[in-house]
Amino acid sequence: MRAFGYDIDELVVDHVLLAVVPVVLGLVIALPLGWWAHLSPGARRVLVPLSGALYTIPSLALIVFIPLVLGTPILSPVNVGLTLIIYTVALLVRSVAEALDAVPDTVTTAAVAVGYRPVGLLLGVQLPLAVPVLTAGLRVASVSSFSLVTVGALVGIQSLGTLMTDGFQQDYTAMVATGIVGSILLAFVFDALWLALGRALTPWARARQGV
Amino acid sequence: MLGRLVDWFGDPTRWSGSAGIPARVLEHLGYTLLAVAIAAVIALPIGALVGHTRRGGLAVVGVANGLRALPELGVLVLFVLLLGLGLLPPTLALVLLAIPPMLAGAYSGVAGADPGAVDAARGIGMREHQILFGVEIPAAVPLVLGGVRFATLQVIATATIAAYVGLGGLGRYIIDGFAVRDFPQMLGGALIVAVLSVVVELVLQTLGRLVTPGPDRLRLPSARREPAPTPAPIPSREARP
Repeated sequence: MRAFGYDIDELVVDHVLLAVVPVVLGLVIALPLGWWAHLSPGARRVLVPLSGALYTIPSLALIVFIPLVLGTPILSPVNVGLTLIIYTVALLVRSVAEALDAVPDTVTTAAVAVGYRPVGLLLGVQLPLAVPVLTAGLRVASVSSFSLVTVGALVGIQSLGTLMTDGFQQDYTAMVATGIVGSILLAFVFDALWLALGRALTPWARARQGV
Repeated sequence: MLGRLVDWFGDPTRWSGSAGIPARVLEHLGYTLLAVAIAAVIALPIGALVGHTRRGGLAVVGVANGLRALPELGVLVLFVLLLGLGLLPPTLALVLLAIPPMLAGAYSGVAGADPGAVDAARGIGMREHQILFGVEIPAAVPLVLGGVRFATLQVIATATIAAYVGLGGLGRYIIDGFAVRDFPQMLGGALIVAVLSVVVELVLQTLGRLVTPGPDRLRLPSARREPAPTPAPIPSREARP
């Protein structure tokens, strides 16, 4: 589909890839870190304030920093992706730790008694029970990720944000509005997807509600 | 690159005039304060009222969550295209983005006040406004402050982006630097705005702990001069476990 002289499909694909891949990678990184924080109070005292501090850094600043620290080209989409990974990890480390804390002791003790070892306990018992809290954190990270991707357009990283910057330069309101509506719709579609995934992973919750 | 960044900070012209770092920091803080103050005047009373009456709570939460999906850059650009350049359009966009966290904080704080305390207040004959101001709002302070802090950080971040639509502040260094591919200037601006955010967050956290009622309150050194008398242990007949 073409509009305003742009290949909209391409912008949508770029937008989705740039928003979703970092959130998924961020979750994968946050799981072991959150587990570590759950097990070790010392690790928690470092990880939680550090994530808080990283989360306070404005997105545009972080996008500009990453090339300096990692030596990536300043016009690379990797900078936006890494920024979003950092935000996602910062947001989810605490969620993961708190979700694991909230698993009742009786459940973990029973699991240990029937022979679960730490990793099996995590994957087979604690994580499944933590899914609702994780889904909630993931949804917040995902929604803000879709809107933050557009900031990359300010340093030339293509997404639906490109319609906003170029629409501004051309004084073309419909183009900007298309970018905004598209970005919101994508955020909502993926929000519904995470919600559905979270429900699919917790069949017992539905059984309990008698649905 | 690091050396060029140091040179950028070392340039004496960087520290004076209307495009100097002190002026840009003040501008940035000014936009932030203005937007957060306007948004607070709108969001906090509505949130508190909805939390007190518990009518329209779902709508408030829905609006707050829905607004979170708004792309900041798009909102800024749209407001400027529709309303023109100047201070007002970007400020309105910043206000719009600052409302949801404060609305949600005020609503959930007031609605989450201990129902036992609220009932007790009603039972001893406090009127509705006395309950709201004397019981529910003090109980809501931590969540309200959390909302204000989150909103402030969001506004600082978005005000950086607003340099793209002609606002001053620290974003100017990043946007103007990018326009002429002056990377030390971009990095310098990014560094200052990152430090500013962390400092503001720490200041707000400390202020929050000063005004929060209850055991988490931070005592100023002057208040510590007279240590609270430790209550004498009450002799108890109960058998200890």
